[in-house]
Amino acid sequence: MTKKTKTLNLNFGPQHPAAHGVLRLILELDGEVVEKADPHIGLLHRGTEKLIENKTYMQAVPYFDRLDYVAPMNQEHAFALAIEKILKIDVPIRAQFIRVMFCEIGRILSHILNVTTQALDVGALTPSLWGFEERETLMTFYERASGSRLHANYFRAGGVHQDLPMGLEEDIGKFCVSFPKIIDDLETLLTDNRIFKQRNVDIGIVTKEDALDYSFSGVMIRGSGVPWDLRKSQPYECYEQLEFKIPVGKNGDCYDRYLCRIDEMRESVSIIKQCLAKMTKGPVKSSDGKISPPPKKDIKQSMEALIHHFKLFTEGYRVDKDEIYTAVEAPKGEFGVYLISDGSSKPYKCKIRAPGFSHLAAMDYLIKGHMLADVPAVLGSLDIVFGEVDR
Amino acid sequence: MQNLIDLEKKINSELTTKIKKTEIRHEQLYITIDNEDLIDVTLHIKNNENTKFRQLIDITVVDYPENTQRFKIVYLFLSHEFNQRIILSYLISENEVIPSLTPIYPAANWMEREVFDMYGVKFKDHPDLRRILTDYDFEGHPLRKDFPLTGHTEVRYSEDQKKVIKEPVKLEQNYRNFDYESPWEGTKYIKKQTDQENDKKN
Repeated sequence: MTKKTKTLNLNFGPQHPAAHGVLRLILELDGEVVEKADPHIGLLHRGTEKLIENKTYMQAVPYFDRLDYVAPMNQEHAFALAIEKILKIDVPIRAQFIRVMFCEIGRILSHILNVTTQALDVGALTPSLWGFEERETLMTFYERASGSRLHANYFRAGGVHQDLPMGLEEDIGKFCVSFPKIIDDLETLLTDNRIFKQRNVDIGIVTKEDALDYSFSGVMIRGSGVPWDLRKSQPYECYEQLEFKIPVGKNGDCYDRYLCRIDEMRESVSIIKQCLAKMTKGPVKSSDGKISPPPKKDIKQSMEALIHHFKLFTEGYRVDKDEIYTAVEAPKGEFGVYLISDGSSKPYKCKIRAPGFSHLAAMDYLIKGHMLADVPAVLGSLDIVFGEVDR
Repeated sequence: MQNLIDLEKKINSELTTKIKKTEIRHEQLYITIDNEDLIDVTLHIKNNENTKFRQLIDITVVDYPENTQRFKIVYLFLSHEFNQRIILSYLISENEVIPSLTPIYPAANWMEREVFDMYGVKFKDHPDLRRILTDYDFEGHPLRKDFPLTGHTEVRYSEDQKKVIKEPVKLEQNYRNFDYESPWEGTKYIKKQTDQENDKKN
């Protein structure tokens, strides 16, 4: 006698705390085993790419903050680099260090959030309480530099909007001293924690080959043992002058990815320290009047400066006809901007390559054959933020 | 940089008839091909020992509505082994159906769905060509240049019908798209006029 089996369809999300935003997963379950996962995305689709086509280059920057809103400045970086490469602008060295420093702060922001929420998803509440306190400190650094905790709008083609306020460098320096202790604390809670290990070790294993096939990048590919980091392999900005290591996992499971993130935070702290040490006084944006506005003090006195300022902020600067793809190592992986300019002051096309999109696309492959309870664990270790997946 | 020049030569010599044009800019190799050759070229660059473009980074489309071959399909490839990037592109007209890369690169699945959703380009042999980013019963393809920025419909909850309904977009004020292009440098029509006048003089 044959037994009749029936699969159960389960709707997971879109309003589920473990969905990390607005993910709707249609799961096909055989008992408790997932047979098929079909993620439905787009609930946070805002048409960023379309909007950017209708805005000037300067007006497009804030849209990048709203992609991966956990590490806003890393996204701005990719866009700024794309414009700079087309226009062949040199960025002053101080601006480069400031940008790298804030990108690393963004990396820590993102990794804290991910590591602690991943722990939350598998049942540990405390890490998120500890981690969020540090995130708050980091966001005040964002606020002091840019005026905004989250949507910074700080990077410009040719540098950053304005110089760091007095005392910020010292405070970031102090944070770099105190923060490694917090990472240690987090590790005492999680790394050898029996429950955390049971929920993460050997879950969601990605082999090297599959990581390549599914276009994984960032921690997702490093966790599987591929030593690939754009900061090292295709250095942009001043990363060549900085020393840092690339943590690589071995087994490609959720636990290895967690370990990679923890180690990357330590490396980021070291990068920030080096940036602070190497930073010298100097200009923070390109002196090219075609793209940088005149200093505020000139605007009060000189008619030409006022007109100059007005033209830059209404018409915006023009970007020569070109086509370029630039990528940066965002906390979640390779974040790229494919930009087509047509010589006017608005981009003709701006495709955003979000790392999370490819990661989530592999959800069916990752979760097939796992138990239902593993879904949040795997989802947590993918580091999904819907701002960038849905764009 | 030298590696890229070598790569350009290699690809040109091994795929002679299939490559229309190659160019190196911004340390990236831009390749233009014919759409029938897509599968052959990708299989070659993926499997060849000297190229090994194992990763498909993204697929996207550029819309030029004034051209007869309206869409430019763009594929971005990355080779970890040789640390190189290729930007592969070809032109198609509006109703052309193009081959899917999903059997070669599993990652292409969602990327092609996105292209279909945003531009309405259809892929043959795609396992699951559904809309991905827009709403379940969305109409039109938002990233086409002739799709208005405001869209066609807006949704709201109707108290009378007790459900979410769709209505044509009503704006309190029309979307204003100012032309800030600097007249000092001569807008296009003035340039044309002066050019014509100059021609007459000559």
